[in-house]
Amino acid sequence: MTATDLSLPTPAVAAPGNRSAPGRQARSRGWRLVGYAALVLAAAGLLLPFYWMVVASLKTNSDVFTIPITWLPDPVVWRNYLDIWQRSDMTTWLGNTLLLSVLVSFLQVVTGSFAAYGFARVRFPGRNALFLAYVGTIAVPWQSYMIPQFILMSKLQLSNTLWSIVALQAFGAFGVFLMKQFYETIPEELSESARVDGLSEFGIYRRIMLPLSRPALASLALLTFVTTWNDYLGPLVYLRSPELRTIQLGLNTFISQYNAEYALIMTGSVLSVLPVAVIFLLGQRYFIEGIATTGLKG
Amino acid sequence: MTTLPRTRPRRRRLVSRNTVAGWSFILPNFVGFAVFTLLPVVVLFYVAFTNWNVFGVAEWTGTANFRRMWDDSSFWTALRNTVYYTVFHIPLTLAAALGLALLLNRKLRGVRFFRTVAFFPYITSIVAIAIVWNQLFSPEYGPINALLGAVGVDDAPGWTTSSTWSMPSVIIVGTWRYMGYYMLLFLAGLQTIPAQLYEAAETDGASAWQRFVHVTVPGLRHTTFFVTVLLTIESFKVFDLILVMTGGGPGQSTLVLSQYIYQKGFEENQFGYASAVSIVLFAICFGITVIQFMVNKRRNS
Repeated sequence: MTATDLSLPTPAVAAPGNRSAPGRQARSRGWRLVGYAALVLAAAGLLLPFYWMVVASLKTNSDVFTIPITWLPDPVVWRNYLDIWQRSDMTTWLGNTLLLSVLVSFLQVVTGSFAAYGFARVRFPGRNALFLAYVGTIAVPWQSYMIPQFILMSKLQLSNTLWSIVALQAFGAFGVFLMKQFYETIPEELSESARVDGLSEFGIYRRIMLPLSRPALASLALLTFVTTWNDYLGPLVYLRSPELRTIQLGLNTFISQYNAEYALIMTGSVLSVLPVAVIFLLGQRYFIEGIATTGLKG
Repeated sequence: MTTLPRTRPRRRRLVSRNTVAGWSFILPNFVGFAVFTLLPVVVLFYVAFTNWNVFGVAEWTGTANFRRMWDDSSFWTALRNTVYYTVFHIPLTLAAALGLALLLNRKLRGVRFFRTVAFFPYITSIVAIAIVWNQLFSPEYGPINALLGAVGVDDAPGWTTSSTWSMPSVIIVGTWRYMGYYMLLFLAGLQTIPAQLYEAAETDGASAWQRFVHVTVPGLRHTTFFVTVLLTIESFKVFDLILVMTGGGPGQSTLVLSQYIYQKGFEENQFGYASAVSIVLFAICFGITVIQFMVNKRRNS
């Protein structure tokens, strides 16, 4: 660019500005259009499966797969949303899952934020080594220790009870990690001056850190809730009795039982996704902040 | 001289008080973490050298499980398939996530809406996703092959029903699900790059591509590193998506390591052998992460 500028005749001092401005504007408008086109295309690809899920759940079973494809349900069949409660144990599955998700989120938030304070603000020998053990397990997939964990849970008489899922999900390293990252952004002077005023460590945690960390606590609670709600492998390994099934486990047994009931299967899927979708749309800010906090520093 | 003996016990008292305080904060979480995560990881290295079965009668069998694994063609198939998934899933997801992040980092209308849309697959359960995609992939009546037919593809693939196309199908869905998550990490990374750098590059006459190569890529080094580590672990442990979508089939075309561990352990009750396979998965994930950290450290210094 500098080369072309130099080769221009002298009166062109103002000219390049005049000439390039509309050119650049046109080019940036062109890029803008390309950008929008890419966005629309990507959004369509991302949303197509969800669109299909909802539309198929409102069709009669024989209308799900047709040639050519019908992209709108005609007629709209709401019956599926009534039938599914009779043909499956949806109520039990949703009840179990809700109970587990609430309990796990509560325990994770309480124990996670508590431990994170210890790691972030109290100096004691062995702290860093201990934290390394926490972080290290992030590189160890659950799948690689599910066998010995199952043996242990069975010895503790926890397998085939809902407690096994609580034990599995509530004490993860993730919560400790997220909360520690957040506590470290709170200025040390704040707790230091409280310490001078005679507040105990527990007092500082309760009176200063907890109120300040409300957004991070919300992030952790929501992320844990969704993870527990969506977990399939934990319940698959630990919950054998039909009355203990969670929504994911139930949904999968349902599709193997009624594998040709395409519309009803989609109805079940919509119902299993709906609570999480609502929670996500309401608390989107917290999801995104929580993920950015844990992701930024590694 | 006189102060030394006085401060020392006080210091020691402070240390011991802090130790009690620190541990009491950590303990409630640590008990659960130690019993249900740390202990199993340790026990894994014992069980893998035994013939532990469903009755819990275990004999030390030394390296027998590992020697058996060496001759087990199903194990090698599972390992090969896992690598297959990883080799495609990582670059595809990385490219898609970075592309989306760059697109969203500009002042376009509807960016917020799009961010929600891109993140949505990640918060949807694997079971629901697998079920829907199986319908979309349906070879004869599914919308994907219908769309392919509309643009003139005559011999559309059989997707999950074909042993050549089953793995690509799973890779497509895996990428579709996770790109929104990594996009968020990239977006957070992009926002840490100072705008002045771009302005300076622009006044120097750098083209869009040059700005990308010389400003964006170096600025995202840390994020890219972290994303690659996460993606590697996530790819090697892939399981539930495949289990619900294909069940490892057709044949063994999508059998992966995690599923093989599950089969041997929970379907055939060979806990000892399954643990030996688990150690391979453990070593791969842990080893690759450590190597990545070392390489990153050297590159930084």
